[in-house]
Amino acid sequence: MSGIPHDHYEPKTGAEKWLHSRLPIVGLVYDTIMIPTPKNLNWMWIWGIVLAFCLVMQIVTGIILAMHYTPHVDLAFSSVEHIMRNVNGGYMLRYLHANGASLFFLAVYMHIFRGLYYGSYKAPREVTWIIGMLIYLAMMATGFMGYVLPWGQMSFWGATVITGLFGAIPFIGEALQTWLLGGPAVDNATLNRFFSLHYLLPFVIAALVAIHIWAFHTTGNSNPTGVEVRRGSKAEAEKDTLPFWPYFVIKDFFALCVILAIFWAVVGFMPNYLGHPDNYIEANPLVTPAHIVPEWFFLPFYAILRAFTSEVWVVQFASFVTGGIIDAKFFGVLAMFGAIAVMALVPWLDTSSARSGRYRPMFKWWFALLVIDFVVLMWLGSMPAEEPYATWSLIASAYWFGYFLVILPLLGVLEKPNAPPATIEEDFEAHYGKNGDAESSASPAE
Amino acid sequence: MFKTLAISAALAISPVAVMAAGGGGGHVEDFEFSYEGPFGAFDQNQLQRGLQIYTEVCASCHGMKLVPIRSLSDEGGPHMPEDQIRAYAAENFEIFDPELDDYRPATPVDNFPANTDADAPDLSLMAKARAGFHGPYGLGINQMFKGMGGPEYIASLLDGYHDAPECEPEDVDGYYNAVFANGGYPDSCLDEDGHRTVPGSWIAMSPPLFDEGVEFADGHANDVHHMSQDVSAFLMWAAEPKMMARKQAGFIGVLMLTVLSVLLYLTNKRIWAPIKGKDND
Repeated sequence: MSGIPHDHYEPKTGAEKWLHSRLPIVGLVYDTIMIPTPKNLNWMWIWGIVLAFCLVMQIVTGIILAMHYTPHVDLAFSSVEHIMRNVNGGYMLRYLHANGASLFFLAVYMHIFRGLYYGSYKAPREVTWIIGMLIYLAMMATGFMGYVLPWGQMSFWGATVITGLFGAIPFIGEALQTWLLGGPAVDNATLNRFFSLHYLLPFVIAALVAIHIWAFHTTGNSNPTGVEVRRGSKAEAEKDTLPFWPYFVIKDFFALCVILAIFWAVVGFMPNYLGHPDNYIEANPLVTPAHIVPEWFFLPFYAILRAFTSEVWVVQFASFVTGGIIDAKFFGVLAMFGAIAVMALVPWLDTSSARSGRYRPMFKWWFALLVIDFVVLMWLGSMPAEEPYATWSLIASAYWFGYFLVILPLLGVLEKPNAPPATIEEDFEAHYGKNGDAESSASPAE
Repeated sequence: MFKTLAISAALAISPVAVMAAGGGGGHVEDFEFSYEGPFGAFDQNQLQRGLQIYTEVCASCHGMKLVPIRSLSDEGGPHMPEDQIRAYAAENFEIFDPELDDYRPATPVDNFPANTDADAPDLSLMAKARAGFHGPYGLGINQMFKGMGGPEYIASLLDGYHDAPECEPEDVDGYYNAVFANGGYPDSCLDEDGHRTVPGSWIAMSPPLFDEGVEFADGHANDVHHMSQDVSAFLMWAAEPKMMARKQAGFIGVLMLTVLSVLLYLTNKRIWAPIKGKDND
């Protein structure tokens, strides 16, 4: 299965041989669990396990919540309170599920930015990256629809604002929006289909995750040096790698456990910290909240959506050129989806010969600025749409696009990367010394 | 339809999205509640006093339709004896029973009745539907240390009926409240630039609490400041009746995960030791 040479499963007993010749499922599991993994992976490579755990946790808690929840506009809000008050352990299930979404997105952002820094998206891992982006999109759709289900004020008005984005598409927008909502406005039909899709999409995500894992098990993991595992022979590969079990399983479980301890403290002691108080007011189509904000994990892209108002010259220019077909609202929608699209295209936008940011002296600074930019955008997305936030949003949005569309292509030409180590083994030994003469007691790599 | 409009009108002047208001709202006092922090617990006596205030004062206008009356006997809440609750329900509330097609006295299995007669918002979740202590800079970091501030906001509001400022016109609607953020605001209280000169705004609810307005069996202080705090604590329980059980689950979970983390740390160290050349021990 993997391009890296390693031992494969050999059926020994008669029963094993019988099964293996009919369905090599044990071999598949063996090859997956024992996959050779670069031994210099650092602590930023633990988020995949956290994400897998989140998906399982959300599906398990979600299925039980669905047993007690009623997707009807008159009953949804009180059925959630029924879960909180009358269902055994319901308050924990719901708070785990609601805060689980936050952990899921925290982990996915760490995972994505790890990939962006270490160049994990570069050849030959473009397909892994693209599948990952599809998972991220499906997560956003799932998270958005899940937030609608409690049918509070933010649920309702968030749904109204976000589905309204589709209405901004020229010509077909209005018809598309009506089709998505199942009517002229957010109502019972919308709630019902969002519930149905919110239940369906996690299984689509699970399938995509399987493909994601299949893809990077084919190419092998990336690693902090960006140097490929040597594949000339099994002996050579074994100098660069260790089997996933037990070395990385235990390491990842340790990290997962620490993260879950913090997560559990949030759920137990401050479960509403990441929510919005308005969502404890039942949805009311006649009262608009003064300030509609999405959940924290959508805020950076929400800020980009709002940044492009009709006063921005780029927007005016686009409107002029297209004869008004692209107005400010549609431009904002394009910018928001474009912000994710440029990220998805990064394997082809990054022209550098070096893979890992660790050996790119100039890239490091631009990347640090991108991380700061992302956090600033998140904050701006939560602020009211007025000065000075509007101008700052525009600058921060411009940097997001500038990083992917201008800086990354140019850096490949302008920057002279440092030489990475020749092999992963060399990198590992630089940290820990050869067997027997450990030079430091630092944690694994970095 | 009229009912819906009336409710929405009431909601429109209620402090929806205080978070966004930024300016306008007055200072939310950081009351010390017994249930704050990971180890905090509801004060059973305080909840019972709060229930008494709710019953004698708030319930005349505000419903609490999502709260089952039976939950008054739950551990971690007011924890009242069952016969007392049965008597309380029958004495204080009437419920419309569709089977009888008539009103009958409430029983513990009923919820507190809804009450929309006075356009007053339902209080079941009020303590979680409001917040205090935003910031700094809208980051909400204060809330990590002080809590979301819903009960603090309610208590501050109930205690926030100060003397009307001099700029108040004669024909103003509502009552001046120094904490309420999203109420009406007369033009005569704006300066030349349109900025507000006094904190808070004008609220439709008349001052509900008065010193010594409710007599407690245990003789506890019954000035407005103390009563505001007691009824807010009760509303926090009404909004989050499982808080004690949740904190206990949180504590046990954190403890177990911490122990498991330590074990996994040691396991991880052990299996990597030979790889990292530290297998001397």
